[in-house]
Amino acid sequence: MSVTSHEHEVDAATGTATTGHEWDGIRELNTPLPKWWLYIFYATIVWSLGYWVVYPAIPLASSFTKGVINYSSRAEVTAEVAQLTSARAPMVAQLAKASFDEIQKDTKLLTFARAQGKAAFGDNCAPCHGAGGGGSKAFPNLADDDWLWGTGTLDDIQTTLTHGIRSTDPQTRQGNMPAFGDGVLKPAEISAVADYVRSLTVLDVDKTADLKLGQKIYVENCAACHGEDARGNHDLGSPNLSDQIWLYGSDKATIVEGITKGRGGMMPNWGERLDAGTIKALAVYVRTIGGAR
Amino acid sequence: MSLWNKHAIFEKNPILLLIGVLIVISIGGLVEIAPLFYLKSTIEKVEGVRPYTPLELAGRNIYVREGCYNCHSQMIRALRDEVERYGHYSLAAESMYDHPFQWGSKRNGPDLARVGNKYSDDWHRRHLVNPRAVVAGSIMPAYSWLAKNDVDLAHIDQHMKVLAMEGVPYTPEMIEKASADAKAQGTDDDPGAADFMKRYPKAQARAYGEDKGRLTEADALIAYLQQLGTQVDFKLYDGKANLR
Repeated sequence: MSVTSHEHEVDAATGTATTGHEWDGIRELNTPLPKWWLYIFYATIVWSLGYWVVYPAIPLASSFTKGVINYSSRAEVTAEVAQLTSARAPMVAQLAKASFDEIQKDTKLLTFARAQGKAAFGDNCAPCHGAGGGGSKAFPNLADDDWLWGTGTLDDIQTTLTHGIRSTDPQTRQGNMPAFGDGVLKPAEISAVADYVRSLTVLDVDKTADLKLGQKIYVENCAACHGEDARGNHDLGSPNLSDQIWLYGSDKATIVEGITKGRGGMMPNWGERLDAGTIKALAVYVRTIGGAR
Repeated sequence: MSLWNKHAIFEKNPILLLIGVLIVISIGGLVEIAPLFYLKSTIEKVEGVRPYTPLELAGRNIYVREGCYNCHSQMIRALRDEVERYGHYSLAAESMYDHPFQWGSKRNGPDLARVGNKYSDDWHRRHLVNPRAVVAGSIMPAYSWLAKNDVDLAHIDQHMKVLAMEGVPYTPEMIEKASADAKAQGTDDDPGAADFMKRYPKAQARAYGEDKGRLTEADALIAYLQQLGTQVDFKLYDGKANLR
């Protein structure tokens, strides 16, 4: 390599200046940057200067330049949420004040409650109860008229939503299916009562099943909560055992598991997370997809 | 040679070029990073944020190990749609004890910054075993082995020790009682529960799993998830005083 001083030497073939270096007889063209590119580059520099003036930019000793429009992302989102809240405010206030009777009579209010309820349901409730409220194993179906707690009235649903089930709320709905396998019943007795419960809903039961023993155990241990007629108790959340609706499954192994280990699903107390109006809207929506007794 | 052409000096001398690059980068760093350490408005103090309990920390390690951050962010941005869906925008102070933070930058799944206490433990258990069992159409992979593996608490105290060096206020007592505290938090009616609650006020102690006799990786992960975003009481948070 030879360092030479023949800068701006023009290449004869292209008419472009070279860089002035030469490597074994090869010289490099110093092709200028395209004008359009260069001017856009300069424009971005000018733009950034404008940005410094308009937006918060330069750190100082104990503060920073706030920019002429005094921009703050937090102020912006607060304003946007406030705008949203005020746009909804008249209907929300009406909804918060109205009794369920009034909501059901006022078509406009009912439509609003259902729409708000649907949006809140999708985010908060659908993960457990399913997008259409159909539920899944261990999470109750809300689209039918079978209710564990209360009878599906709007007030009942509102209570469940606000305080939850077996939640941390002091007013939570509370009731447990105990673990009868913890020394209360022997495996053979659990098997017999599981057969008996299945026989109530005309499910196939093994011919050798001891239904007499099962009934005796049912009356002694289960009837207090599930009722003599096995129709359950809406105050205790004990399910109706005489219908075809099963929260965990109707096969014998599942029922034996439930009796042995106990059951007790938990629903969060949404009163802590959602405002009262939203809960009301949710109650209306849930009541819409299901039915009351 | 005009001043404009002096760049040739750098281009022909690699050591000079290196020094020049270092100087330019340090100016950028000084201007952009250094002020964050002294400007009061960038250091927000928030009530309620506490260090992770040993069980939550173990769960967090599983969260990192399984790469949850690849699909779940933990950062609610100050945008209307995010605040509407996920709750109050995230504060930097909420991840002050995260080393490293789990903000993430991708949302194949929903943001998890405030997922704590939103769903039941039972839901999380079933969801981890098979997400499709509870959310039809979910594309999250199943993490069924988490419920089968016992959580490894053998080195959790050492992890806390390292975090303490980084500034997380773990006391020697917390570090010493680490594995006992993990058991106390994850077991119903554990004799150590009262002591545990004294060390970690407002922590949630209960059996997170169905199998009462043991602590699984799923239990630890659920303990971690159930406290996400729950530490700051936003009823007491003054948003107006903290505009920035």
